[in-house]
Amino acid sequence: MPPVQAVPPQTPLTDEQPIFEKSADSVGAIGENIAGLAIYLLLGIAFGLVLTKSEAVSWFRIQEMFRFQSFHMYGIIGCAFAIAAVSLQVLKRSRVRTMRGEPLRVPPKERTAGMRRYWMGGIVFGLGWALLGACPGPMFALLGSGLPIMLVPIVSAVAGTRAYAWLRPRLPH
Amino acid sequence: MIELMSGTWPWYVAGPIIGIFVPLLLLVGNRMLGISSNFRHICAIVAPGRNAFLTYDWKRSGLWNLVFVAGIFIGGLLAGTIFANPETVIGISEATRADLAQLGITNFDGLVPRELFNWRAILSPAGLLVLGVGGFLVGFGSRWAGGCTSGHAITGLADLQLASLIAVVGFFAGGLFMTFVVLPVIL
Repeated sequence: MPPVQAVPPQTPLTDEQPIFEKSADSVGAIGENIAGLAIYLLLGIAFGLVLTKSEAVSWFRIQEMFRFQSFHMYGIIGCAFAIAAVSLQVLKRSRVRTMRGEPLRVPPKERTAGMRRYWMGGIVFGLGWALLGACPGPMFALLGSGLPIMLVPIVSAVAGTRAYAWLRPRLPH
Repeated sequence: MIELMSGTWPWYVAGPIIGIFVPLLLLVGNRMLGISSNFRHICAIVAPGRNAFLTYDWKRSGLWNLVFVAGIFIGGLLAGTIFANPETVIGISEATRADLAQLGITNFDGLVPRELFNWRAILSPAGLLVLGVGGFLVGFGSRWAGGCTSGHAITGLADLQLASLIAVVGFFAGGLFMTFVVLPVIL
């Protein structure tokens, strides 16, 4: 394991400005062409369908998971991890390129001093996950499934993100 | 076909499909699966102020993800209509039903407890905590940790990132504390 580099608190984290690649076919301000966006829309539809139909979006399933009373959610996350891990490792060792002919880029998560942002932020997220019973993807899937009340947690999550952005310079990372 | 798709999808079908999105998004356009960034993009659109964390070109880095989330909404809509499960009572374990009944949750019809997920409930302390505070903590925590379930527990772990492992341990620490210590008090 490489040594963890000490990061002084003033150092701007790399996600201060999201990095994006310049691609041959990106169209000006939109950054993706319409066909590209249509692919993401279709993928999103499939993603929302599988999240909802497997009940991974369910408050009840999340409670069942945190109470260790069913294998269902562990099976979903475990299988997703296994498939993603194997395909990612194979792709990283291959010379496969993206549809647009770019080399694949998998930027590593930034290591910070004491990894504080990960366990502290992780605990805060976990408190919210078990309380609301939905993580970000499921919030939007539930909204679509006929629960307009989900606008309340979605607006609250935006407010939480805005509060984080405001407090960011003062929070340990 | 619709009959086959309308029941609850088992974990061994849903899990692999979810996992395949990681290589798929990478191959389509070098994108990393991660949903919570969209809350940041929404902030960048509606209320960036002069915040350095929120002033960036969201169209270039985030438009694809906002479109992906619009798709998730439509996917939920399809799941709730043409692929709706005729059995609306959720098939969670008896042990969970018994535990939740002790907390006063007795309506298992649908994906979420009706007692808490309705407009009148947000005026009650429990409803406000679950929907308002729960959402706030998810938004705050995911950005602090730099990712949520999709970004850390699936994408980050699959890339064998130590940071993501630490974040996922944190997710569970917070989730277990909420489930066993806080929920019994507030519900």
